[in-house]
Amino acid sequence: MEDAFIYEADGQTLIIHLPRELDHHNCKRLQYETDHLMAENYISRIIFDFTKTQFMDSSGIGILLNRYKQMGSGGGKTAFYGAGAQVMRVLKIAGIPGLMEPFETKESALLG
Amino acid sequence: MGKKETMSIRMDSLSKNEAFARVVTAVFASRLDPTLEELDDIKTAVSEAVTNAVIHGYQNGEGVIELEACAEDNVLTVIVRDAGVGIADVKKAMEPMFTTAEEEERSGLGFSFMEAFMDQVKVFSEPGKGTTVTMKKKIGR
Repeated sequence: MEDAFIYEADGQTLIIHLPRELDHHNCKRLQYETDHLMAENYISRIIFDFTKTQFMDSSGIGILLNRYKQMGSGGGKTAFYGAGAQVMRVLKIAGIPGLMEPFETKESALLG
Repeated sequence: MGKKETMSIRMDSLSKNEAFARVVTAVFASRLDPTLEELDDIKTAVSEAVTNAVIHGYQNGEGVIELEACAEDNVLTVIVRDAGVGIADVKKAMEPMFTTAEEEERSGLGFSFMEAFMDQVKVFSEPGKGTTVTMKKKIGR
């Protein structure tokens, strides 16, 4: 049941491939892992990949908002792509599309 | 479906039971013939209530969470009950972005999400005794 987060670096961009379900249980490691990656590498942009994510609740929003704040304080940007119906509704209710740029695909998100 | 149908489950307060609770509730709710969107709404609301019980009610410690669901006519009622620390000021706890667990990267949107995805959310809590969240949703309008 433990879905892993997969991290991919593209220059100064960090792509975080999110698991199938993003709730409190599955979010626990993300904070520690991204803090570690951001301390060791210069990252100016974070892109969240929701392609595989079928479920997200407010625990996922907490993680996204904190990464957004972290990036914003250093002048960096955040974006996301691949959000399905349930994920998109949750993102909209939390006002995330006003904070992070939404994209359809990885390619368009990378072009930014 | 005319007759009232109910189910209840007692589970340990474990974060892995957040997924268990929302899936069980969704399977139970499916007898009301909901749309996929309605099922997603129910899953999200249950996930929020059970997560609150795990993190806040039992402070990530041991405890038992009770989950009850009832289907009557076209209304689904879900009750999530814990016997944890309780909430001193329910009104304050239900304000958007309010959280007592800042260090855990909480958004403070749990109750807001329950209210956004269900038609009615009632919270009864007594400090030291626990919290009961009762949510209702009309299926198929």
